[in-house]
Amino acid sequence: MADRSPRRLTALVGLLVLALFLLPWVVGRYSLYLAIQILILSVFSLGFNLLFGYTGLLSFGQAGFFGIGAYACAKILLAVPNLFLGLGGGVAAAGVAAVVLGFLSVRHTRIYFSMLTLAFGMMVFSIAWKWRDFTGGDDGLVGIPRAPLEIPGLWSLSVATQERYYYVVLIVSLLAIWAMYRLVHSPLGLTLQAIRDSESRAEFAGVPVRTYRLIAFTIAGLYAGLAGALLTPLENTVTPGIAHWSTSAEPVLATLLGGVHVFGGPIVGAFLFFMLKDIIVRFTEYWLIWLGAIVVALVMGFRGGVASIFARR
Amino acid sequence: MDAIAFQGLIGLSMAMYLWLISAGLTIIFGVLRIINFAHGSLFMMGAYLAFTFYGQLGLPFWLAILLSLLGVGLLGLVMERGFLRRIYGIDEAYQLLLTFGFILILDDAVKIIWGGVFKIPAIPPFLDGAWRVFGRPFPVYNAFVIAVGVAVAVGLWALFEKTWWGRIVRATASDREMANAIGVNVPRVFSGVFVFGSMLAALGGALGTPVRVVAPGIGAAMIIQAFIITVIGGLGNLKGAFVASLIVGILSAYGTLFFPVFELFLIFAIMAVVLLLRPQGLFAR
Repeated sequence: MADRSPRRLTALVGLLVLALFLLPWVVGRYSLYLAIQILILSVFSLGFNLLFGYTGLLSFGQAGFFGIGAYACAKILLAVPNLFLGLGGGVAAAGVAAVVLGFLSVRHTRIYFSMLTLAFGMMVFSIAWKWRDFTGGDDGLVGIPRAPLEIPGLWSLSVATQERYYYVVLIVSLLAIWAMYRLVHSPLGLTLQAIRDSESRAEFAGVPVRTYRLIAFTIAGLYAGLAGALLTPLENTVTPGIAHWSTSAEPVLATLLGGVHVFGGPIVGAFLFFMLKDIIVRFTEYWLIWLGAIVVALVMGFRGGVASIFARR
Repeated sequence: MDAIAFQGLIGLSMAMYLWLISAGLTIIFGVLRIINFAHGSLFMMGAYLAFTFYGQLGLPFWLAILLSLLGVGLLGLVMERGFLRRIYGIDEAYQLLLTFGFILILDDAVKIIWGGVFKIPAIPPFLDGAWRVFGRPFPVYNAFVIAVGVAVAVGLWALFEKTWWGRIVRATASDREMANAIGVNVPRVFSGVFVFGSMLAALGGALGTPVRVVAPGIGAAMIIQAFIITVIGGLGNLKGAFVASLIVGILSAYGTLFFPVFELFLIFAIMAVVLLLRPQGLFAR
């Protein structure tokens, strides 16, 4: 596995991070926008893969938490223009929802878990779509400010330009990635993998399996909420579509593309997802047929994803 | 009062489309233990093929339906023989992902072949018109759809309970290794069941051609509905799927009339509650 990474990999990651910090000097507006999208999908997918790759639970409802994060951030920024509060509130709201829905969802595994998360995610979607007074209905919420980072009375930093907002997303994403790396290599992460490999063996070893699944579910929900909250100030709008189950498919596809059993797989996958899309739509408006063909090819031939081709086994 | 009864009748005909699509999904899951995410896309293909044969080429209605069933059956055969068969042994998450890939492919393929436009062709003359039911005009075509749905239900019951073929399939469903040991050609049963289930979905799609708008995203919408129904009825439970189709179809009809704001939420909430309290389905024996 890539865990016992050689020094070369560490150097490579360092160079990559440096390049990411220099990016706004090199590329134009559109590429920077794409980079922000890739970072957000990376965070979203890393959380998803803690549940799928590390714990063995396939959730179809992550868009629900993504949507809760985005809508909570939007409501807060419309009331109090402070990005700290918007992001923090989005994450907190998604976290609360994940604890409650996770408590119910982890009673099941396998297909029943997937169906239950699908139902919960779509319940969130239907609220976003139909509760017009609170969520704006199918029009969504518009005119959400890219509010400054502010500690009232002490300090305030405007991040209204896309370059500045890119740095916000970059720093938050890197922190989230680092935290997830520490997490999966901690005893907690190893316990989750033990549950994935054999539930009954973990149970016999005295692991409270359901509690650990709930922890993984909650963390995945927090990451989905953070990703959603980061998207809101970028787009200045939220629409119910982001909570629809088809949004849940994005981290699934990104993770599958990049690789399920390698830590960096979802990040590589998020990059490939947007790059493929960007390249294919230049030639044809039908990019999903190609994505579908790639998914089929990956499942038939390369279930480890792209990262596994390079990772040392 | 009549309005309420009438709306129930409308819901009943909606329920029959849901029944046809969930029947195929249920039979395939019951025997192959595979959840075909692309099953809704087969429904969609049935609709588009029927549109071409009936609406564009002007073939007789029955022939058009038959041809679209054959076309989708062939597609099902390719999906099972070419792809699903090779991954029966692995984690079911990958089976879902593979069939999700089919959704993406078929959705775009439909856009490429048929474009964005879809014109509803006329109802065949012998099924056109309306009867007065509860003081309102009830389309003959809706009654026809209800009749087909009920006929399929009775036919499936007879097929599985009364015929040699049905016994073979039930034996394979309950213990595929034992079935194999006593000489059942299990791979052939799998292919046959998958093709049969695909054709049931196609029948639902084709039947809707003269009355329902079909757009490229319809497959994904239908599969979610079918998931709800198979969960409420119990995965792999055909009788449960029939009753659950009636519940969801009629509830949707009343929902759009009386509580449009809660309809979608309510249906998913029912799905979640059933999964939590009775994961084997409401109608498990």
